[in-house]
Amino acid sequence: MTLLEVRGLGKHFSGLHAVDDVDLDIAEGRITAIIGPNGAGKSTVFNLLAGFYRPTSGTVRFRDRDITGMSPHRTVAHGIARTFQTTKLFEDATVLDNVLSGRIVRSRSTAFDAVLRTPRHRREERLNLEKAMAALEFAGIAGYRDEIAASVPQEVQKRVSIALALATEPELLLLDEPAAGLTEEETVGFAQLIRDIVADGVTVGLVEHRMSMVMSLADHILVLDHGKEIASGAPAAIRTDPQVIEAYLGADHTDQEGAG
Amino acid sequence: MTTTFSPQRFGTLLVALALLLAPLTLGGEEYVLRVLTVGATYAIAVYGMNLILGLTGQLSLAHGGFFGIGVYVVGLLTTDYDWAFWPSLAVAVTATAVGGYVAGVVALRTHEEYFAIFTMAMGFIIFLVISRWESVTHAHSGVSGVKFPEGFGAFDFSEPTVMYYLVLLFLLGAAYVTYAVRRSGIGRTLVAIRTSEDLARSIGVNVGLNKQLAFAASTTLAGLGGGLFAAVQGFVGPSAAGIDLTFEMLMFILVGGLGTVLGPVVGTFLVLFLFEFFQDFEAYRFLVLGPIIVVLVIFAPRGIVGYLNQFVGRVRSRGANGSRNPGGPRGDRQAETTTDVKEAL
Repeated sequence: MTLLEVRGLGKHFSGLHAVDDVDLDIAEGRITAIIGPNGAGKSTVFNLLAGFYRPTSGTVRFRDRDITGMSPHRTVAHGIARTFQTTKLFEDATVLDNVLSGRIVRSRSTAFDAVLRTPRHRREERLNLEKAMAALEFAGIAGYRDEIAASVPQEVQKRVSIALALATEPELLLLDEPAAGLTEEETVGFAQLIRDIVADGVTVGLVEHRMSMVMSLADHILVLDHGKEIASGAPAAIRTDPQVIEAYLGADHTDQEGAG
Repeated sequence: MTTTFSPQRFGTLLVALALLLAPLTLGGEEYVLRVLTVGATYAIAVYGMNLILGLTGQLSLAHGGFFGIGVYVVGLLTTDYDWAFWPSLAVAVTATAVGGYVAGVVALRTHEEYFAIFTMAMGFIIFLVISRWESVTHAHSGVSGVKFPEGFGAFDFSEPTVMYYLVLLFLLGAAYVTYAVRRSGIGRTLVAIRTSEDLARSIGVNVGLNKQLAFAASTTLAGLGGGLFAAVQGFVGPSAAGIDLTFEMLMFILVGGLGTVLGPVVGTFLVLFLFEFFQDFEAYRFLVLGPIIVVLVIFAPRGIVGYLNQFVGRVRSRGANGSRNPGGPRGDRQAETTTDVKEAL
């Protein structure tokens, strides 16, 4: 079943066609990857799906509901979570407080509940703590809960950002280059984490530079170049697609495999 | 709650006791009591500034203006219109709440330094209206004869000590709201906005709405502080709405500690005490105060309370480090530990 359906998506920044007429179907329970050379518009597509940018054309439907141009706080409420290419965290806060922030969107209690300490407020705070701890354990970083986010290793920070996204209870998780800057060994661990996320029932969208990771993880791949789709299909087909090979080899593209 | 010794709780108790016992130790020093009462009305407004600046990270320079609205609503209603104090205060609080919300619609379309400039202009406009609209506000002649709050039973608020405790009660309320908000999802929402608006958005925070509510809550506290200030002073002039007042409040909170629960009250009373102490120097007192603030900003950028919290947090995490095992689970630790550590932030 198609969880997210994108038709004719376009984003123009004053004359520049960052994304042009892109179609994409993200199947539920699968990993869908978007690849392409630098500047191909991969992250822009994510920003359009999550509501960070407003598309200039096209539609985005999530579970058959039109979410085109919906602001991020509403797309998150509908069940789309995202991470950023450069890991963003609440750096001065503890790891646990970071992940607790992911519970905001699922909380119903108001400032009045907090001031009056209503039963609803206490029940919710308890539930939030449980869910946040569950997300930390899922990401394998429960031991860091009381550390300040800025002070933990980069790999842990990346896992915190995923736990934070998971704490919002998404149905679709968009990961923007989750393995950027990781060592080969750490990348293997991340691939496993992504498989675990899917096994847990969350659909994953992935933007990634590392071909080895994409090829081993993705069920479906969309290849973009200069904002346009040049290929779409299963990894095996993409690997041998002449247009894809040309885009990667023809473009001034340095493979970032193994590098930071 | 934990039964272990908590420095934060001890500090809170100490401040609370000092404020509660102050009138008893003064032995009829009316002037000092008056300074304390006025200070407490400022501190209430500073708690408002703490919500928008300390927690949400938006530098609002309209705060003195909204304080002035509170002052003048109570001042004018209880004199020219002969209203009782309590309904006048209710109007002042409502006016600053609604005014803040509406002003926020426009102001919060601007960001960072532009928000600061915009709100400063807003504060200045409020000041200009108050200091120039002679037929309504009496401009520089000011408003005299502002009513004391009507008493309940044995409580006569024209009695300075009783009035002091009344203001203290409101101050306690403002501090408690800050405490409750900080520990809740609302506090996390505001701090998320302060730290990174993009990240806050990505986890589903409605940044615009929450900023606006925080701004309205901050102006409401400014209005409440202002309304009480009018009753304490009895006579008020346009300086109670001035831009100088905004910057004084900014100084109080910087000294006390942005975003902390005790920062506003500690900062306000400490700086006011220094003001009084160096009063003989008149304008030259800034020669002494200036360097003190510079030193403070360099060595304790989180203010006095922020510095102490950080110190406590460091000592505590050093203690926790001994038994730490970063890979292993630490789920057995109590939830209270987390909130304590959070208070250290």
